[in-house]
Amino acid sequence: MLKVENLVVNYGVIQALKGISFEVNKGEVIALIGANGAGKTTTLQTISGMLQPTSGKVLLEGTDITKVPGHKIVSMGLAHVPEGRRVFGGLTVLENLKMGAYTRSSKAEIADSLDRIYESFPRLKERQNQLAGTLSGGEQQMLAMGRALMSKPSIVLMDEPSMGLSPIYVDEIFKIIEEISDAGTTVLLVEQNAKKALAIANRAYVLETGNIVLSGDADTLMNDDSIKKAYLGE
Amino acid sequence: MGFLTYLINGLSLGSVYALIALGYTMVYGIAKMLNFAHGDVIMLGAYLVFMCMSSAGMPAVVSIVIAIACCTAIGIIIEKIAYKPLRRATNLAVLITAIGVSYFLQNMALMVFGSNPVSFTSVVSWPGLSLAGGQLKITGNAIVTIITCLIVMFGLMWFVKNTKPGQAMRAVSEDKDAATLMGINVNATISLTFAIGSGLAAIAGALLCSSYPSLNPYTGSMPGIKAFTAAVFGGIGSIPGALIGGLLLGIIEILAKAYISSQLADAIVFAVLIIVLLVKPTGILGKQIKEKV
Repeated sequence: MLKVENLVVNYGVIQALKGISFEVNKGEVIALIGANGAGKTTTLQTISGMLQPTSGKVLLEGTDITKVPGHKIVSMGLAHVPEGRRVFGGLTVLENLKMGAYTRSSKAEIADSLDRIYESFPRLKERQNQLAGTLSGGEQQMLAMGRALMSKPSIVLMDEPSMGLSPIYVDEIFKIIEEISDAGTTVLLVEQNAKKALAIANRAYVLETGNIVLSGDADTLMNDDSIKKAYLGE
Repeated sequence: MGFLTYLINGLSLGSVYALIALGYTMVYGIAKMLNFAHGDVIMLGAYLVFMCMSSAGMPAVVSIVIAIACCTAIGIIIEKIAYKPLRRATNLAVLITAIGVSYFLQNMALMVFGSNPVSFTSVVSWPGLSLAGGQLKITGNAIVTIITCLIVMFGLMWFVKNTKPGQAMRAVSEDKDAATLMGINVNATISLTFAIGSGLAAIAGALLCSSYPSLNPYTGSMPGIKAFTAAVFGGIGSIPGALIGGLLLGIIEILAKAYISSQLADAIVFAVLIIVLLVKPTGILGKQIKEKV
């Protein structure tokens, strides 16, 4: 579904990604874990066309999208829930969700997607006419996810969806990610909460200062001694 | 009756300010930059109308349509050449560039049209209304200007709320990166904003010079600065704010000229602006901009 080959990204003289390769298969939940500054967000931003890599390739369903501008990638079936949620604070919840369907044209299909999203996020429906900026952090995260799903993606990239949320919301957000996956959408998840991420992921990659240092089944990684020490706090 | 006449003149001048302020406020809202060359696009628009009407003898409506088309193109070209390469530059660099573009346009006009003012023929041939037994006269210019301003304003508000490009404009003004992730072409949206603002500048130029018929290459700069003031007054970034700011500014200016002193009128206008900003720093309808922490 998604394949990243030897991706190198530079910020000026700093090399943020030093040639990483990985693959996400259809239907999988893949976790990308690592410490602050490891290059997780950079990886996602490069995939969705927000950043241009120095070298390397990003393939979506076999098509090379490395040079495709960011705004054209959504309609190819890839949605990105950015770090810090980035909802449109001055727009209502409903307007935010409709913005998610910007690239789609059929009104009936958009209404159908909206119903489905309200079904999975009843709280968004209750607050549909409220300005997004007035929602709590957890609700904004749900809105950011709902907005991404409005483009009817086949793969969703999620950047730190649990960041800064209360424990109750963290559990709820991970439950929602599982539901999204169960509904047939492939998920690439970047998380600092490695324990939770590994619990719902099929496979995982561990990033350290721009390199992938470890990869494998989530269950195996969960029991790996070095992972336990570095990321699971055991 | 004197007061009513002044009020209507104020509304008419304010409508022109509002039309110009729209260009400032939309570009600011979406590209987060102050396009100080906007006033000079008004001057170019007025010259284009003048050339079509007085030199080529075309009807007023055709002349205005041609001027709108040319100014729209000029706006897009200015954005492409001068501002687009600076998308990730500091605000100060963009501001200085805008001032540079403003001088460039003025000097181009000096070269092409010369420094002698030309006498602009009003685009409105209708003499207007005479009410209350001839005591209250409202010129055709004033009526057309006020109505045009209201039509444009509500048209634009409808456009932004109900069309796809309008939605894109709202999203880009909120968050460019998030807008890109929605599939919105940010560069195209910014171009469109410049196009609309510059097209409106042509209309404003024609209406301004219909009421104040002396046209020279510096005609756009003072109304440009005042309209910018109006945009700040109403809350920069807000479309209804531009209308309210423009109308208030026009009325204050005309009433100050009539009842206090025509020399002090501009000083009074800016004094009112300063007081409003002291009380409400975001302007009348401005939104609090949240600083990211």
